[in-house]
Order: sequence, then structure tokens, then C-alpha cells
Amino acid sequence: MSTGTTKLDVVVSDVVPVNELVTRFHFRRRDGELLPTFSGGAHVVVEMRDGERTRLNPYSLMGSPLDTREYTISVRRDDVGRGGSLFMHRAVKPGLEMVISYPVNLFSLDLRARKHLMLAGGIGITPFMAQTAQLAGAGGNFELHYTCRTASLGTYADVLQQRYGGRIRLYHDDREERIELDRLLSSQPLGTHLYVCGPAGMINWVRDRASALGWPPETVHFEHFAAPQPGAPFDVTLAVSGKTIRVGSQQSLLEAIEAAGVDPPYLCRGGVCGQCETNVISHDGKFIHNDHWLSEEDHRSGCKIMPCVSRFEGKSLVLER
Amino acid sequence: MAAKTIISRPVYGTLSPQPGKHHLFIADAEGALAITDMARTAPSGFFDGAEIVFIPGPDGKHAGALEALKPTQFHLAPSFASLLPRLKQTLTNAHMGLRLYLAGTEGLIGQAMQVALEAGIDHTSMQTEHRGSLARRMQCVHCKGITENVTTQPATCSHCGLLLLVRDHYSRRLAAFQGVCINAEDRSEIPPIEEAFP
Repeated sequence: MSTGTTKLDVVVSDVVPVNELVTRFHFRRRDGELLPTFSGGAHVVVEMRDGERTRLNPYSLMGSPLDTREYTISVRRDDVGRGGSLFMHRAVKPGLEMVISYPVNLFSLDLRARKHLMLAGGIGITPFMAQTAQLAGAGGNFELHYTCRTASLGTYADVLQQRYGGRIRLYHDDREERIELDRLLSSQPLGTHLYVCGPAGMINWVRDRASALGWPPETVHFEHFAAPQPGAPFDVTLAVSGKTIRVGSQQSLLEAIEAAGVDPPYLCRGGVCGQCETNVISHDGKFIHNDHWLSEEDHRSGCKIMPCVSRFEGKSLVLER
Repeated sequence: MAAKTIISRPVYGTLSPQPGKHHLFIADAEGALAITDMARTAPSGFFDGAEIVFIPGPDGKHAGALEALKPTQFHLAPSFASLLPRLKQTLTNAHMGLRLYLAGTEGLIGQAMQVALEAGIDHTSMQTEHRGSLARRMQCVHCKGITENVTTQPATCSHCGLLLLVRDHYSRRLAAFQGVCINAEDRSEIPPIEEAFP
């Protein structure tokens, strides 16, 4: 069990297909009480009991923080992923009893900002659904620039435009519409904070440009849950617990450690929060780092790994766990 | 360099060139040396996007050295009060990407920071370097009057005349250290007055 991962017993109250890739899930408490308060940008970890296998995936809460009768998440189907999103799309129906974590926010608004500039890419729109609702309720100053592949895959673009009109700017890849990032970043009033959520490439691009254009790092916020990538199976020795385990090709290292009965700390399971950071005692092989937590130096050093999203290829790996 | 005593007591760093194209420097007296020292490590062309506002000290030195850096704009001001309207105007029209560098006395750094905070810049985003006098700007917690350039401990409030203990307790909002009456029980008790902030 882990810090911040107290559980909530919920029931699926609704399942709504949004477009060809995205489905929305609504959860209510089984005891009929209100859910815990959360702030825009928070996520929950959803437990998926799929036969023998349990997956734990983080999803941003996308409902208004002003309404805690239900939590809503939107899940994009990933046909080549490890199966969590496919399980949600295929097996989760209204009435199903599920367990989710308490909300945790690793992507919160800085409410001291004079203005909030939000950049979303694809399914990265979900935390902004909650953040815009929170800000609009308090008269906050925000502007959202949303890049999607096509209009039909612009999840919630219509809802957002209806709610907030000109504060929402859309860019469609198939129409060759590109955000003029440098101009946008250079024309913001002092006191603006920048938030970006989307594919890793977009986040890196925005962070690099913001830094080059003189945005102080403390004004740039980003979140990217790296879904654990499948890969070749590998063996790991857990030195503290004295176990040797095999990480399956569809399993994350963290899941394999848990399956062996060892209970490491975790929070986001997406390479963001830093809770599951693990020291490497020795290794002979190559790390496949997928997290956004460790520094590049840490990655190069071979001394640390984030088992929630990162893998290993090689002869041997010994962890302090 | 000031040591950290309590959490509100400001600690200053060393100016270093930040990424970006717009750089605003505000300095007084020996604060100019912090800028010329930093300039040695600055990338070429750094001062092409820079504005320097300088308040010379009583010795009148350093203005020439700053001008020699060839900033896009260079202004001399006789006092902080005299540069305030211009600074406010600059910050009102500025965009994200403007980086602020404050160097010199604590009073100058604190007052410039106060204006920048009001303009929306977080204090952690500003570069600061303390040079020169340790003289403090002090607020009397009793009458709320501000006394500039306090160098002694205790110090007399220039407004209400109370003898004040100059604390390390600092207010970013007021840009002043807090002064508290040192002999409230018996006003005839006068502790020795020493030069504490030369």
C-alpha cells in the first residue's frame, strides 16, 4: 500500500462513447455519499481486475471540481498498448463495481498566476476540462490552445467552444493548422503561467521553446502520463526482499514487483510523481527509461530506475527493493 | 552576504545570464559591479536585448562601466523614487520572457522586487545579488512609518521616535525589515546603540 492511494469503492454510473477512440466513464460512490474534493489537474488510479491480472492506470479527472457527486474520466483506446484501455472500453459497463484511488494532483493550477495559458494535444485535453471549469467558476483568466488530429477526434472541442467561446483555439493536424508557438509565448502578459499536457514530443517542444524565450521554469507546468510500454521479458533480482522475478512482456516492472508480493510505494504509475524511484545496485545491460521524473544525468548514471514505466534489456539487473 | 537567520530573511544569489531576449537590470552603487562581473560570462549579444537602470552611489562611480556594456537602453536615476514611474510603465508593457536582475543594496533590491511582484513576477524568478551597504529599510510596527538606511541596532523610528529593535523578520510586501520597540516596559532604559548594518 502506498502514500496517497487510499481507495474508494465506486460503481460505474455511466459509459458514454465520445468518438471513435474515446469513451467517457462516470463513477459514483457505492454508499451514495459525495466523493472527495479535488482540484483541476488531479488524477485517480483505476484498478482494472481483468481475470488473473490487475492493472492500475492513472486517468485525469475531467469533471468540474465544483461537482463531486461523480468523477468522470475519458479513456482513449490504444490498440497496441498493454490492454488497460481496451479493458476499459470492452469490459467496463454501467453497474460494474470498481475500486479507484483518492485523487492526487501533480498538475495543479498556480492560482497566483495573472493568466493561465493552456496547451493541449489529443487526449491531453482531459485535465484542462477540470481546470477550465474550476477557473471559469472563479472568474479566472485563461486561454486554451488545443491541437487534435482531425475535427472528429477533437475530443470535447465542441463542448469547450460552447462553454468558453473565443478562449478556446483549435488546431487540426489534417488541415495543416499549426500553433504559432513562439509568437504565442512571446505575447503573454507578465504573470502568465503555462500548462501543457499531450504527447511527449509536444511537451518537450513547448518546454524547450518556453525556456529559450525566457519563461522561468517555475511558470511552466506539464503532465504526461507515460503508459508503461510493452517490451521483451527480463529478469530482476530484488536484493532487499531476496527474490528473483521475471517481468513479462505486457507487464510493467512495478507490476511484476507487486505480483511477487513486494509492496513498493507508488502514486501516479505514469513516470511523473517520483514515488516509486528505485536504486539500482548493479546491472549488465541497457535501461529503457520512459519516465519524466529522473534527470538526464540520473538516466545516464544507471543508478536509478522508475519501475512504473521503465524497462531493461540485458543480462542482469539487481534493485534495492 | 547576508546569512539566513529566520525564514523571511531574504538571501541573495549571484547574477547569472538567463535564457531569453529581454533583460531588465536595476542596480544601485556597487550593484553595478555585480552586472559587470556577470557580463564576463554572458553569451555574446546578451546586452542587445537589455535595459539597465542605474542609481549611482554617493561616489558617483560605475556608470561608465555599465554604459560600456552597450545595453539597448541605459538610464541613470538619482533615486529609486525617481525611477519608479518608468519601472512601473516598463513592467506594465512587458511580456513573459522579460527577465529581471536586481543588484546592489537590500533597500534597492527589496523595493524593485516589491514593484515586480505587483506586476506578476514571482520572487523566485528574479535574479538578485547583494553588493555594498547592509543598511536596512525598516518599518516601525507601531506607527507603520518606514525609515530608510538604518545602520544601527537599535534604531530610532524617524516617524514616532520610538527606539526599535531591527529584526531579521522581513516583509516582501512592504520591502522592509520589522522594527519593534526595544524598551516598551521602561522607556528610560536605553541600551547601547551600535553600528550593526554598515
